[in-house]
Formats: sequence, structure tokens, C-alpha cells
Amino acid sequence: MIVAERKGLEEILAMLSGCSRVLVVGCGTCVTVCMAGGEKEVGVLASLLRLATGRDGKPLDVDEATIERQCEWEFVDELAPKIGLYDGVLSMGCGAGVQTIAQRFEGVRVVPALNTKFIGIPEKQGMWVEMCLGCGDCVLDRTGGICPIARCSKNLLNGPCGGSQGGKCEVSKDIDCAWQLIHDRLATLGRLDLLEKELAPKDWSKNRDGGPRKVVREEVML
Amino acid sequence: MKSRSNLERVLSAGHFAITGELGPPQSASADVIRKKADYYKGCVDAVNITDNQTAIVRMSSIASAAILVQLGLDPVMQMTCRDRNRIAMQSDILGAYALGINNILCLTGDHQSFGNHPTSKNVYDLDSVQLIRMVKMMRDEKRFLSGDELKVEPRMFIGAAENPFADPFEYRVVRLAKKVAAGVDFIQTQAVFDLARFSRWMEMVRDRGLHEKVYILAGVIPVKSARALEYMKNEVPGMSVPDELIRRLEKAGDPKEEGVKIAVETIQQLRQISGVAGIHLMPMMWEAIAPTIVEMAGLLPRPAPESVPSSGVGS
Repeated sequence: MIVAERKGLEEILAMLSGCSRVLVVGCGTCVTVCMAGGEKEVGVLASLLRLATGRDGKPLDVDEATIERQCEWEFVDELAPKIGLYDGVLSMGCGAGVQTIAQRFEGVRVVPALNTKFIGIPEKQGMWVEMCLGCGDCVLDRTGGICPIARCSKNLLNGPCGGSQGGKCEVSKDIDCAWQLIHDRLATLGRLDLLEKELAPKDWSKNRDGGPRKVVREEVML
Repeated sequence: MKSRSNLERVLSAGHFAITGELGPPQSASADVIRKKADYYKGCVDAVNITDNQTAIVRMSSIASAAILVQLGLDPVMQMTCRDRNRIAMQSDILGAYALGINNILCLTGDHQSFGNHPTSKNVYDLDSVQLIRMVKMMRDEKRFLSGDELKVEPRMFIGAAENPFADPFEYRVVRLAKKVAAGVDFIQTQAVFDLARFSRWMEMVRDRGLHEKVYILAGVIPVKSARALEYMKNEVPGMSVPDELIRRLEKAGDPKEEGVKIAVETIQQLRQISGVAGIHLMPMMWEAIAPTIVEMAGLLPRPAPESVPSSGVGS
């Protein structure tokens, strides 16, 4: 899933300065699961905004709406009947959600309430970790199902570097060394031989380095 | 000979080599380089220039190395994968060779979170193994990484680092083998304080016959105090420091003198280990101590260098 985290209230208030009527829009997919921008979080943020602006003597008129997915036209269309009532839309979707709403409603001011972090998983309740960078050229077959591009701080293909110690990354003791994990996993699989092979320089053009990416599949086009 | 490197000449003649590390200044002062170079003149075979080590901005390794060339020293230019993509790396390698630099040390590079620009973006387009292969390709196949032809090739003596004290321990020697297969000519190791672990690693190196394919220079850091050593033990990733060394420095009347003694003893012990081809001295901004250590270790005089052309060697 896409993992996101809410921005601080001060930053959000600053983004909404000049607005008098705001619609806070949640998303029912990834950010609901990672508890950053679902219906519940929309309610909490809307209340916080009312309280904070009321306290300052300039109460903001705040409404709430949560749609199934902010990154799909059919769901974003549901906002069409009422969006004209607002001079500000605060999206609690990921970066794709914010932009989908902005693209769909020309002339509407849309601002992000979240910082979109990564593609990851909940490791345990309340903790999410990054798993995939969307590099466009998956290497997981060669690395025991553990991604060095997303999970090694230096995205090394022939790691670990000399900073790996006690299973931890040189950057922080809170970060597992991805190459230690890869080593251990390949040992379990009896495939340490894979580590003897040199992996060639990556084709980063398949990553965002090739420019903004697009997937086109004619067979599913209408 | 693969290059005009003095270091290569010394190693291939079978001498026990010694190189010294020189940290460029956090300023534009060429005088700092010249002053530090003076300490090394006549007491090392090559001077290794760090490339923004610990991700703190300093004078570039390529410019510092070019100053050493002017002074008649043989520089080893460090190049990390942290700050440059394959385009910048190849371009800098060509430029470095044109400036008379004949050695390159291919490194991954410390993560920028350690340094004074932790909010910067890193590159890591290639890793150190891929960088080694690229330099070798440029030198031996006269081709760029793209496959395009390279008319005048940079004849670099290719080095890399290895850390016997990092984990997973059993894998360290496999990674060294990968570097050897990629084309590395010499290796500098992380500083050796833990001789027992280093000896075990060298045993694994010999088991694979790698010591016959690559020159291994063991790293030595002279330390000034117990506190400095403790810091390395606890704060520097990938270091192994036995507690008895820290206690020895704590008890010493003159810790600096004791630190020098420890460095000299370490060099002498490393010299006894089969497969160790030389020493890489890393004085960590204490370059002035290098001549004393080299002399006390009985490594003087050094084989006289052949005159190094100062410029225009790209022919």
C-alpha cells in the first residue's frame, strides 16, 4: 500500500490561509488502511481545524467527505455536485489523490494534508516500513525476495557496504541492513551462490530517472 | 605494468608497500595540501586522497591529487559512488588521468546522513563493484560503460576498499572475490585493531587464493587517546576495537606516544601475515606523525620513485 503521514496542523492552517469554506476529503483505500487519511482521520482533522480557527476568532467552515479512491475518476466525480461550494479542498489522499482531484476540478484550490511516504507494509500495529521504490525493473528474484533498491540506504546491487554491522545499517541502528537480510534469507534457501554473482549497473531509465512514467496497455483500452 | 603508478611499480617489484591518507581541507587552500604532502614525501609510496569522507564537504579529491602530482608524489584518488552518476564518474576519471593521476580507489562512500549536508540527495547510480568494472573496461577494453569507443584510455591502477570487520563476516571475502573478478588491482582494508579477526579474514582470503590476484594493504590508524579509540569503537560503523587496547591507552603516561607504539606494533604484526602486501596508514588529520611511524616500523627508505610526469600524460 501507499503509506502516508499527516502534516502538522500549523502547516495545514498556513496552506488554508485565505479560505473560508473548506472541504476535507478522505480516501477509502491505502491511507485508510495506514490510518492517515480515512474517514476517521478526516473527522479528527476537521474538528482540529474548527477548534484552531475558532480559537483564533476566524472560524473556518469545514465539511467532510470520504470517497472510495481519490486516484480514480469515477470516485472523484462524486465530489462534483458540491465542490463549487468551497474555496479550498484539503485532500487527505496520497500525492496521486491530491493531483487527481486538482486535475478533475479546474479552478479549485486543492492542497495536501498528508506527506506521501512510500510503498510499504505495516510491520506491526503503528509501524509501517518501506518495501518497494517502484524502480520499474524488479530484481527480487536475485535477492531472495528482499529489495536492495528500496531497503538498502545506498540502493546497492552488490552489497553490503563496509558499514553493515550486527545486522544494522550504518545510517541508523533502527534500520536493518538489507544485505544482511538478503544474505540470511539466501542462506536459508540454500542459495548463497547467488551472492557470488555480480549484478550489472541498473537501468535507471526504467525508474523515474527516465522522466515521468506511463504504462500503456492497448489490450485493455476501450 | 597496467599504469604509470609508483604504487603499482613498488608492489609488482615485491616490496612491502606503504601508502598514507591525506584529508583535503574544508577550504580552498592549496597550502594545506602542500604542507601535508611534505610529511609524506619520501616516506610513503603513494598518497591517498579522500573524497569528501564522512560526507563533509572538502576540497575535491581530484584537485587535491593534481596538486600532489605537481609536487612529484603519486596520488591515489578516492572516488565514491555517493555524489556522482556514471556520466560524471567517467568524465572525472578521464580528467584525473589527463592531470597525471594514475591510481583510483573505488568506494561506495559514507552515507550523507553522517556529514554536514544531511538533507542532500545521494546518487549511488553504480556501486563500488560496478565502478571497478567500469574503470577496468575504460582502461583495458578502451570503451565507455555505454560501449562507445574511448580513443585515449585512462591507465589507472585500480583500488578498492574491503572491511573485514563489517558483517556478515563470512560474506566479506565473497565480496572481495567479486571485486577481484570485477578487476581490482589493490585493496585497502578498514583499520586493523582486531588482529585476531583480521587474521581469520586473511585465512579465508588465502583459501580462495585471492591474495595472489590482488595486493592487500592493511589499514592502520594511529590514535592519540583512549577517548578517540572508544569513539571509533562505539560510533564508527564497521569497526572492531578490542577493549584491552583502550585500557592500554588509558593507562599510558603519554597516550600519543603509546598510540604511535600501538600503530608500529600493529604494522609489524600485519607484516608477518601471509598475503599482506603493504600498509595503508590513515592518520585522520594527524598526517605529521606519518614519518615517525614509518621509520619506527623499519619501512625506510622507500624504493625511489621514478620521475612522475607532471602533466600531459594522456598520450
